[in-house]
Amino acid sequence: MSSSFLSGYADEIATLTMEHLWLTGAAMLFATAIAVPTGIWLTRSSRWAKPVIGMTNVLQTIPSLAMFGFLLPLPWLGERAARIAIIALTAYALLPILRNTYAGIRAIDPTLIEVARAIGLTDTQRLFKVELPLAASFIFAGLRTATVTCIGIATIAAAVGAGGLGELIFRGVAAVDNRLVLAGAIPAALLALIADGGLGLLERRFKIPMPDGGDQ
Amino acid sequence: MSAALEFRNVTVAIGGGRRLLESVSLEVEEGTVTVILGRSGSGKTTLLRTANRMVEPTDGEIIVTRSTRDEVVALRRKMGYVIQETGLFPHFTLERNVGIVLEVQGIERQQRIERSNELLRLVGLDPEAFSGRYPHQLSGGQRQRVGLARALAANPKILLMDEPFGALDPLTRVEMQDMLLELLKHLKTTVLLVTHDLDEALYLADRIVLLSEGRMVANLARDEFPVSQIPEVLAYMRAFHRRRGGGAKRDLT
Repeated sequence: MSSSFLSGYADEIATLTMEHLWLTGAAMLFATAIAVPTGIWLTRSSRWAKPVIGMTNVLQTIPSLAMFGFLLPLPWLGERAARIAIIALTAYALLPILRNTYAGIRAIDPTLIEVARAIGLTDTQRLFKVELPLAASFIFAGLRTATVTCIGIATIAAAVGAGGLGELIFRGVAAVDNRLVLAGAIPAALLALIADGGLGLLERRFKIPMPDGGDQ
Repeated sequence: MSAALEFRNVTVAIGGGRRLLESVSLEVEEGTVTVILGRSGSGKTTLLRTANRMVEPTDGEIIVTRSTRDEVVALRRKMGYVIQETGLFPHFTLERNVGIVLEVQGIERQQRIERSNELLRLVGLDPEAFSGRYPHQLSGGQRQRVGLARALAANPKILLMDEPFGALDPLTRVEMQDMLLELLKHLKTTVLLVTHDLDEALYLADRIVLLSEGRMVANLARDEFPVSQIPEVLAYMRAFHRRRGGGAKRDLT
């Protein structure tokens, strides 16, 4: 990529990167707000675990272009492309966060849960002082997978006009201009790498060494 | 003396009509150590767990210091609880592990630190060196000491101990038993301790309760136990003597 190309597109790349971040960030926020509490609830009502996790699994299997297409004709959503993109990305982010929250809490040594009850912790205290801290590393691993997936899928959002770095990619493909494709793809890949690294750090930071030599 | 804890006709049934406990009645005197003895599956842990309502009895009632109206969380906070695996929280320092019972009751941090240091000292761990450590940095014996310190944090009237020394090597086990007796001399806590080890029972107990298949078959003072003619007690004593070498066929010399 020549420097004149870059200087010509720098502003646009920056704007589209911010758009991309906004789409992904908003979707992650919604997905976390839905999936973490749902994951916690499933550990309390485990008969719902299979159907609910199964349902989010199905969402995950819908091809992204089809998902954007399904949402397009809906009344309120269809008015603004960003809404469609955020809803679709939220749907994709649900499964990794939900599954890891559920599995992370379920994987806690039952002795610790038993002791927490026996020494008189209320259910809320048990959740915030024992279960969530011990499952945090699992939950961050889920957030990490979800974020990286979302950053990738958000490039497709340009197909419905939601903006983001996908716009450069689509334009590049249409104009058979690899420089444009790379101008969209490289920043998107960098975003994914940065998110992966940052959340990976958090994941390791919250890993708890167990007395038996393993990790929680 | 009055009873600190009373089990009245306590029955615990599970699915299929199986009974883990069958109409057990027992009074635990204040300030004494009562050991519940029995083989695996005899219902001893179940009985212990009915005391702090970790297991709800199907029938009968448990009376704690003459009050049955305690809300379950409040009731549990009044009782210390020690188990074989210690159940220390791996993400807390020892200071926080010991102080957690006080923390959830809203006691101020400074007070918690002081109490936790005092208790670590009481169980033979120097707070300067230990309070900032995590459970994975301790040996099994040290973890069990911290487990005991945590159980004593809120000055419980009753201490429930489920095979507390079962996972320790014989020397550490003896040290811990001695330490417990020494502590109890000053604390006057009522102890209900579950074990399958008669040696431990005879060493620690004021009274020994023997359970067999969910029924209480003996409730004897410690000195009465070895001379009792109750068949189940005799069987226990025979197994105990054989293990100690009394009836061994092998000549080790």
